[in-house]
Amino acid sequence: MSPVSRMEAEVRRVLEEPQPSVPPELFTEAVRRGGRMLRRRTAARRLMWLLLLVAAVALVVWLSAAQPWVEPPSETTPPLTGW
Amino acid sequence: MRERQASRNARRAREFEAFVAGAAGRLMHAATLLTAEPPDDNPRARRLLTAVLAHTYAGWDRLHGEDPYDRTRQYMAVRFARGAWHEYGGLGRAYPRIRPHPGGVLRRLTPQERLILVLRMYEGVAEEQAAALLGLPTERVRAICARAMATLLHPPREAAAPVAKVVPS
Repeated sequence: MSPVSRMEAEVRRVLEEPQPSVPPELFTEAVRRGGRMLRRRTAARRLMWLLLLVAAVALVVWLSAAQPWVEPPSETTPPLTGW
Repeated sequence: MRERQASRNARRAREFEAFVAGAAGRLMHAATLLTAEPPDDNPRARRLLTAVLAHTYAGWDRLHGEDPYDRTRQYMAVRFARGAWHEYGGLGRAYPRIRPHPGGVLRRLTPQERLILVLRMYEGVAEEQAAALLGLPTERVRAICARAMATLLHPPREAAAPVAKVVPS
């Protein structure tokens, strides 16, 4: 056995030694917090879609009302001279 | 729609419970090693593991066949590295500014040394993977791991923090 691998085995042994107990409420607490995260994500996604929808509707309404692609009527006409 | 949602929730909770039952002991041990707390008094490790498992639960439906243990371990490493930055004032300091812990086998190591030692030696993550996960060069991970192993097996005589002393010239 090389010195390096003996050292590694020794370190592994030291690391394995003390076994902490798992708290009983770990699972329920994780599910509670994870579920909250999921619900928040869902709410945020819904809000985003809602905002997107509102923006799209507003754009359509504005387009149909203002019709910005129509050339505005000319306000300056060249003066009629020599008629 | 609502029914499908409910059945998916139930399935997720069932699968997650099986996962926690199988993996919690090992993850708890890894978390306790990371925070360098004694095994019978590890509030920070419990908090860390709860937050990490909550994250795993929230991402359970998007695992797409990936190993949840692997995911959880990765997130725990990243979260610990980020938390160490806030709580210890950087990964390099051996002792927290807020409250020192008397126990834990890894108490003499810095948070970064603990993280790399736990990933490499306890979890058996490959050097390249650990380096990629922490954003460090592979050589640096190897060097830190070697230093951590040396400190662990041959602790310095004095119990003081291994702060580099200024050598008078």
